[in-house]
Amino acid sequence: MITAGIDIGAKTVKVIVLKDGKIAGKAVDLGGFDQRGTSDRLFRKALAEAGADIKDVKMIVATGAGKGEFPHANEPVTEVTADARGANVIHPRGRTVISVGAEEGRAIKTDAQGRVVDFAVNEKCAAGAGAFTESMARALELKVEDMGALSLLSTNAVPMNAQCAVFAESEVVSLVHAGTSKQDISRAIHDAIASRISSMARRISVENDVVLIGGVAKNKGFVESLKRDLATEVFVPQDPEFVSALGAAHIAFEKASKLGGS
Amino acid sequence: MANKYPTEPLKVWDKAKNLRQEYYDNFMHAREKGALRWAGGAWAFDAVPYGLGDDVYPLTGEPYGASTAFNGDFSLKCLEATENAGYARDLCSYMRNYWGSILLDKFTFGGEFPKPDFMWQAHICCSHAKWYEVARELEGGKIPYYCVDVAVGPYDTMDDNKVNYIVGQLSDGIDWLEKVTGRTYDDKKLIEAVKNETTAMSTWAEICSLNKNIPAPLDEKTMYSLYVFGVLMKSNRKVGELYKELLAEVKDRVKRGIAAVPNEQCRVMTDTQPPWAFLDVFRYMEKFGCVSVGSLYTYGLTGMWEIKPDGQWGPKTTPMARGVPMRNREEALRALVEWNLAKPEWQHFYDPSLKTDMMVRIAKQWKLNGVILHYNRGCEGLSLGIAENRLGIMKAGFPVMTFEGNMGDGREFDKARTMSRIDSFMETLGMKKLES
Repeated sequence: MITAGIDIGAKTVKVIVLKDGKIAGKAVDLGGFDQRGTSDRLFRKALAEAGADIKDVKMIVATGAGKGEFPHANEPVTEVTADARGANVIHPRGRTVISVGAEEGRAIKTDAQGRVVDFAVNEKCAAGAGAFTESMARALELKVEDMGALSLLSTNAVPMNAQCAVFAESEVVSLVHAGTSKQDISRAIHDAIASRISSMARRISVENDVVLIGGVAKNKGFVESLKRDLATEVFVPQDPEFVSALGAAHIAFEKASKLGGS
Repeated sequence: MANKYPTEPLKVWDKAKNLRQEYYDNFMHAREKGALRWAGGAWAFDAVPYGLGDDVYPLTGEPYGASTAFNGDFSLKCLEATENAGYARDLCSYMRNYWGSILLDKFTFGGEFPKPDFMWQAHICCSHAKWYEVARELEGGKIPYYCVDVAVGPYDTMDDNKVNYIVGQLSDGIDWLEKVTGRTYDDKKLIEAVKNETTAMSTWAEICSLNKNIPAPLDEKTMYSLYVFGVLMKSNRKVGELYKELLAEVKDRVKRGIAAVPNEQCRVMTDTQPPWAFLDVFRYMEKFGCVSVGSLYTYGLTGMWEIKPDGQWGPKTTPMARGVPMRNREEALRALVEWNLAKPEWQHFYDPSLKTDMMVRIAKQWKLNGVILHYNRGCEGLSLGIAENRLGIMKAGFPVMTFEGNMGDGREFDKARTMSRIDSFMETLGMKKLES
């Protein structure tokens, strides 16, 4: 049975195609201005990788900020539910899911079945999301993908007080002018965002295991900062940006199975 | 999809709308009739000015701020005018809407902003301590202004000294009212106003109690349009009469199984003031069959409560029913003060756990599935301790959703994100959007 999940995020679109509940195809790309067109293209790409045709798909569940943009979806599911479900599939012992994407940070408390018990979402602010890291990388004239490794070289914790992306940028500029090294500033940036995310996670009370998902989980510097701040191990799956789409695909699989699909 | 329960509009609706219109018309046109008008907070002891005569009309600031917020474009002009005058953006947003109206000399309900003859206020929070002091300055600095300090709570610590402290201020206030208006004060009208107020507030609590029924006969969005009389003119005889009529109608709705939300399958409540410009979030929840049965705000600001012998929260017995004497000014003021200091919304200015206790009580007795809390940036007083309320309510076993916003400043509310959060919360409660 073929089912699919699509996560149309603020920046990227991710698609997972399952064959009998196992990953058979996936695709990811920037959403761009034409999210509908991108979603359609990526969906067909993931289907091709799975060796399936669109008419074979029993059910498609969409999630993400742009979930309403995908015309083939049978039904939507919220990002919170999709994150929780996807994390449970990958790491069933997980009880706290922290999801940091381009636009939004979320902390979700789950039960053993991956059901949402409680959740917190960052408010109208970029300082708890990937957009913050990107903005800081621009201020440091670094590629965002280089910041993680660079920050791991830091031996000096520089305090950064800013709770806001705009003011953090001016603080970064001040640190540059003060001669602070780029690795120390990079670590300070990751510490700042980790502090904000852990503060949000503590609102739902952090319970082990902690699973970190979303595109920002690929940033090793941020992962280290988060571990330090939470004082606990953090499990990062292999493709953290696909977890929400995976959750949506599994929800689709369960629904299709109940309907008697084959 | 067929409705689970029958529904129908409230019969009392038109009467309520007309009474509200009459309230604002009376204030706007008071001068033409040789009447007096006063401005002050909705929490002020408004029974006292009634002793000056039947032609003394109030304009309470919080409902005015809320109505202005609902009128988004005008509210933005008010807020910007206040900021341009140098006042900080994080002050009480009702107060900023009010000050902005004075600065622009425009009234939300049309025309120039009507200048009151005197200001009569109570210091319930830091904003209220300054609200009318600044308003007076903005109006030219000549309007007589009297303010009562009420910092004696919470109610469970009340004693004679504390009551006397406020009774004394009100007694002085009556002398002051006579002096600044040139009118002779009528104690009989004061006694009548105290009776009206206690009747109206007890009746409103009884109406709210009927929402313990499934299906709920009233929903929160509708209740906003009805509770408001308790913050406009709770001592006016017409409010008690309206609430008596509403009570009879709601009892009839319960008897006939008339629902506010015909597909009710999930019940929540909120806590403090909503973002007034975005009340459609309540209608959005109804798409999930979710009814908000009220809030501590609507229940506990216009209603007065007590724990009944069976443990249920129910309408507070009026001083008249308890045989409290009100034969003269002193006794009437004492009854008024003791009644007002028990106001539920007043209690958690002193300790957030008092709010948690009340909300958990409502959650249990009104049979709720979850609770929605508003981190309201617009009100320093009523948003105090919400994070602690959340923990306490969750500990009692009720799922809680929080959202950030502002009751009177639409710039601080993210509607799309709040809707998305409601989607997630509804999924958590096991609710799905119903087919239309």
